[in-house]
Amino acid sequence: MQLPTGNGPLHERTWGIDREEGQMVNDLISISSEPIEVPFIEVPDDLKSNLLVTSVDALVNWGRKSALWPVSFGLACCAFEMMATAMGRFDIARFGMEAFRASPRQADLMIVAGTVTWKMAPPIRRIYDQMADPKWVISMGVCATSGGPYFGSYSVVPGVDHIIPVDV
Amino acid sequence: MAVREWAGQELSEALRRELPEAVEGFDETAAWVNPSQVGAAAIFLRDEPSLDFRFLNSITAIDYVEYFDVVYHLTSLKQQWCAVFKTRLYGRQDLSLPSVYQVWKGADYQEREIWDLMGVYFEGHPNMKRIMLWEGFEGHPLRKDFL
Amino acid sequence: MTIRTEPMTVNVGPQHPSTHGVFRVRITFDGEDIVEVEPVFGYLHRGTEKLAEERNYVQVVTLTDRLDYTSSMINNQAYCIAVERLLGVEPPPRAKYLRTLTAELQRIAAHLIAVGFFVQELGAFGTPLMYAFRSRERILELFEMLCGARITVSYMRPGGVFADAPREFWPALDRFLEDFEVEFAEMEQLLLENEILMIRTRGVSPIPPEVAVNNSVSGPVLRASGVNWDWRKQDPYDAYDQVEFDVPVGSHWDNYDRFWVRIQEVHQSLRIIRQCIEQIEPGPARLELPLVLRPDPGREAYGRVEASKGELAFYLVSDGGIAPYRCKIRSPSLINLTIIEELLVGWKLADMIVSLGSIDINMGEVDR
Repeated sequence: MQLPTGNGPLHERTWGIDREEGQMVNDLISISSEPIEVPFIEVPDDLKSNLLVTSVDALVNWGRKSALWPVSFGLACCAFEMMATAMGRFDIARFGMEAFRASPRQADLMIVAGTVTWKMAPPIRRIYDQMADPKWVISMGVCATSGGPYFGSYSVVPGVDHIIPVDV
Repeated sequence: MAVREWAGQELSEALRRELPEAVEGFDETAAWVNPSQVGAAAIFLRDEPSLDFRFLNSITAIDYVEYFDVVYHLTSLKQQWCAVFKTRLYGRQDLSLPSVYQVWKGADYQEREIWDLMGVYFEGHPNMKRIMLWEGFEGHPLRKDFL
Repeated sequence: MTIRTEPMTVNVGPQHPSTHGVFRVRITFDGEDIVEVEPVFGYLHRGTEKLAEERNYVQVVTLTDRLDYTSSMINNQAYCIAVERLLGVEPPPRAKYLRTLTAELQRIAAHLIAVGFFVQELGAFGTPLMYAFRSRERILELFEMLCGARITVSYMRPGGVFADAPREFWPALDRFLEDFEVEFAEMEQLLLENEILMIRTRGVSPIPPEVAVNNSVSGPVLRASGVNWDWRKQDPYDAYDQVEFDVPVGSHWDNYDRFWVRIQEVHQSLRIIRQCIEQIEPGPARLELPLVLRPDPGREAYGRVEASKGELAFYLVSDGGIAPYRCKIRSPSLINLTIIEELLVGWKLADMIVSLGSIDINMGEVDR
């Protein structure tokens, strides 16, 4: 993170930073025209029929055991639903997931909740990079997944998988 | 008590008394003001006690391809009335209007937004940065020719 | 003894746990004092105004839900009023009452969130916000009965509402009102005269009325600055001219008053809801309008409501087509933010987030 330089009011001094960040956004747009390929897990033929059941059980058990700590990444409307899951009625604490972390370094799951704009894309990428492995990403709702009602807008990313690999 | 809305004729006559060169005409709901006189008209509208428009509701720019209209909605909280004045800019490039930032500070972000999304520059605004989009974005997206 | 300090510029956000959404602000501090502020917006700019030009008049309703996502009903209402003015039609009385009622329910939900987060930002982690969300869930359940959605409701349509309330809605509403009385009293008891809250907010960041007016501030923030101005009273729309309510006005102009005005408005909203239940009469809930609306070319309409954040207006211009030629959204959150300098400069770092919380911005509406 650079510091503003020069004299004058603050907004005059930050021109350089703004231009640099704008350049970052444009660079990111030019390299993210295609969704990021997520490695596909090869399943042997004889396991295919009963893989789903075992893997959900395993996932739930593992989730209960290791208690995911999500990084709260609320962007828009979905953020309120994400908060509602943490509150009394839906109570995410049942799964040991109530510890919403403010710092990406303490979290192992990122819930992208809400519309992702190109201006927001570099911070998302940076926060994802700051998370420690192993890490997972949930794309919550249609806006984050594909742009949803805003698909085709000049400033909306057509799916967060253009920027970071998404698991769910 | 409901807020009274000024008719365009009424407002243009009130303006014409003080600033005859500023008024270009009127329609049903709004007075038309010469683009170069927007600053003077704004000060008059705010400070004249019989008008008292101290509250700027919104500024809108509309792209009609050959020209741009900029619409100002005003309210007087004391007198409980509101009015509209408009101004028209011809052309597509290097458009500019006098800023009303010094008159109504509430114009700050709206003028920046119009510059960002419509490409109408406001002379005299202290901070004409893009507000919604990032620096380096090509074009002004709310224009009709932006795809 | 004074300690000499160097000014330091700090970047807060866009992803910061206690900012409201993806808000970013650059601040220069001198020691703990705030010297300069530069807000940076646009992290949720989705181009709603451009997209509205490509959808027909009814489809735009779904976009308005996502502006201020804590008060979708009121956004729907503002847009529908603008379209009705454009067409020159009037919804039937039952629709007006249903709209007023749901808008007030939504206002309670939005103010609960505002109050809950305001207190959360003071450091009361958990309990008050849990109280707020407990009651809010009940309201969202009522909305689910009406239209099947919790947040992005799209309940209202130009010419009325999407459908009349189901029969089981009314007893559920009564039950809610009964329970909410108790729940809200509990919350008030905890917060209203809380000593910590008073010390932290009384006298902090006062905004004088003339400054507020010159900055085009509206809504609870304007009223907390001592200006008695509520569009529901000044320019009654829907059924607001049929109901009685008071407009709470602050006298100290500070953070506490902004919090207090919201609490009082919840009481007034309850009053309005009760009157709506009494006055509502059977009848059609929606005007029969063609499926695709085509207002006359050259017409324009400025439809405004008093939303939970302030004056929300849609300025629509028609060219005779099936989509608005221009759909400008006058968003209260963005324009209320104009006072950010008056609000923060000269105050301490610890008050920054609280003051921001007191004007209750919502990024969906700021950036659109």
